[in-house]
Amino acid sequence: MAHISENGAKKICEICDRYADEKTPLMMILSDIQNEYGYIPLEVQELVSKKTGLSVAEIYGVVTFYSFFSLEPKGKYIIGCCLGTACYVKGAQQIVDKFSEILGIKPGETTADGLFTLDALRCIGACGIAPAVTINGKVYPKMTVDRVPEVVAEYRALGGAN
Amino acid sequence: MAKVNIKIEGISYEVEAGLTILEAAKACGYEIPSLCAFNHGECSNGSCRVCLVEATGARGLVASCVYPVAEGMEIRIGSPAAVEARRASVELLLSNHNINCQQCDKNGQCELLHVAHLVGARENRFVGAKTPVSIDELTPSIVRDTSKCILCGRCIARCQNAHGLGILGFENRGFRTIVSPAENRSMANSPCILCGQCVSVCPTGALMEKSEIGKVDAAFKAGKHVVVQTAPAVRAALGEEFGMPVGTPVTGKMVAALRRLGFAKVYDTNFAADLTIMEEGTELLNRIKNNGVLPMITSCSPGWINYAEYNYGDLLDHLSSCKSPHQMQGAILKSYYAEQKGIDPKDIFVVSIMPCTAKKDEKEREQLKVNGLPDVDAVLTTRELARMIKRAGIMFTRLPDEEFDADIMGDYTGAGVIFGVTGGVMEAALRTVYFVLTGEEHGAIKFEAVRGFDGIREASLDINGMTVNVAIAHGMKNAKVLLDEIREGKSKYHFIEVMGCPGGCIAGGGQPIIRSCFLPNEDDDILDTYKEKRAQALYSEDERQTLRQSHKNPQVKALYDEFLGEPNSHKAHELLHTTYKAREGFND
Repeated sequence: MAHISENGAKKICEICDRYADEKTPLMMILSDIQNEYGYIPLEVQELVSKKTGLSVAEIYGVVTFYSFFSLEPKGKYIIGCCLGTACYVKGAQQIVDKFSEILGIKPGETTADGLFTLDALRCIGACGIAPAVTINGKVYPKMTVDRVPEVVAEYRALGGAN
Repeated sequence: MAKVNIKIEGISYEVEAGLTILEAAKACGYEIPSLCAFNHGECSNGSCRVCLVEATGARGLVASCVYPVAEGMEIRIGSPAAVEARRASVELLLSNHNINCQQCDKNGQCELLHVAHLVGARENRFVGAKTPVSIDELTPSIVRDTSKCILCGRCIARCQNAHGLGILGFENRGFRTIVSPAENRSMANSPCILCGQCVSVCPTGALMEKSEIGKVDAAFKAGKHVVVQTAPAVRAALGEEFGMPVGTPVTGKMVAALRRLGFAKVYDTNFAADLTIMEEGTELLNRIKNNGVLPMITSCSPGWINYAEYNYGDLLDHLSSCKSPHQMQGAILKSYYAEQKGIDPKDIFVVSIMPCTAKKDEKEREQLKVNGLPDVDAVLTTRELARMIKRAGIMFTRLPDEEFDADIMGDYTGAGVIFGVTGGVMEAALRTVYFVLTGEEHGAIKFEAVRGFDGIREASLDINGMTVNVAIAHGMKNAKVLLDEIREGKSKYHFIEVMGCPGGCIAGGGQPIIRSCFLPNEDDDILDTYKEKRAQALYSEDERQTLRQSHKNPQVKALYDEFLGEPNSHKAHELLHTTYKAREGFND
């Protein structure tokens, strides 16, 4: 078992204790951990296992079942490219490919400097402004392949990995 | 109990309310093919879709293993739509199955193949992607093959129910789903105790013991002096593999078969069980006399030892330092026996026939080596022995009854025989401890209080004015209760017996597979009754023995007189005792 810092462990225990009275607390615990840390590595799952009495395999099963949970740390900036039907026919695939090319990562991956994570999303309900891209919640409407480099550069300039 | 009226195939029946359609149909005389449903709902995920039937009031076809009966419900099992749907479900399972039956040790007892026959799945209608073959064979005990897994979840349920462990779980989703320890890591790098309970419930060849038949063949080929020993529980179940009724003791035929397989000597591990009682009983008395660590806990079950090392590293002082019986026997074979027979210990190859998969792992432990030599060289499960017997063309049921070899370690008592059932080690120990403390035999040889299958049992025995409190637990879920008491300083016991598998060795992970579909001459509820039947086979052998207390075994006495000195002597410690070490479960 890799090691979690004492503070980190305390925080995880605190999150588990929040739901001590719940009959099935796992989803809420994992959700809070994901929001707090951005990912749920095995060491953290072991700790949750000790606190809840659920087996590590069961927790791991839930973490790998829901795409919202991540086993790996996510980047500071999460680029979400919609690949829903409307965006797709408007050329969203080329936009994803361009992000991939510039960042050197595939969808679902994070850059080595921890700055960017690229996610390919299903319909985000913004068909009127297709193709749509979101970065940490900010929406980029009617995105074009040409604009991809400048958007990436903009965030690079902001910089500052966690 | 409330009743409801239902119709199956147009015939009216009255059944208990609350049953699933599958259970109700069974009570009415209809067996609906099923896979994931197992053992009265121990597993019923409704996931395999093999048990689909038509039922009024339901939308579409329903999985009968999870759908409850209701008043007025009309059920069709044999309608064209239901028959066709069940066949399609099985064909879909087969389309993602690594079909190489001739290579699979489960052949003959594969429930998937059985169900495929039942539903008439003959052709490969569906062709597509398959789950990749990934084989985990890093443990010495169990082989896990994802390409044979049908995702029924029985193994997951059994690990939880028996041990509260849940080593295996579903991971990922959709087509990428597999059953494995977290991170699809090897069972060797998880806190798996290797008991093999998962193996005993798996419907296919996805979970199997790691066969060592090849090792034994090689030893014969190399001209080694190959000696075999058999654990008590094996004789209570081996006959099942040859169509004999569950619970038939086959000691004599088993010995005859082993002789015909070419083993130089055929011994009973019971000899070492008696030896264990002498060592363990003495250890207990010393701990009581010298204010040692109490309660003392038995150490015969390697699944239990694994569990203790992973989960209760702080309580290892409570474990008896005694090796398990077959390791003791191996150690004596490679020392005293070798000396007596004038054979170099390096030329002796010891094979243990065990009801257990964890024993395969146990024999590899560094702490169990004497002068660099392992006590035991190969461990075969009861199932593997049956395979060897069949392979050699031996007609088991026609064998004469023969006796174990009588020289050096041929004697055994009834106390040794009952080691194979939960409570047996305790009962055997009590028979001898009582004698050692009082100098006389306990009036009744049987200690009824420690028998039975309740998860935790306890008894108090008055010996010379001293009250000895004992407890028995089987399955780690039950053991945990007693262990937590010890941890909290609240345990009132002097001596605790723990067995890894629920029921003890008779229901070990290496024993013949119990499925009513493969045992046509047994009652439908054989899965409920087989443990008792196998236990009875051992208790009846105990009763047939003239010697029923370990301290009366004449050859054990001779071993102490001529070689070991006395129980717990320096030499006994060197050969018959061991150490334990706390371990991290998820080790990389």
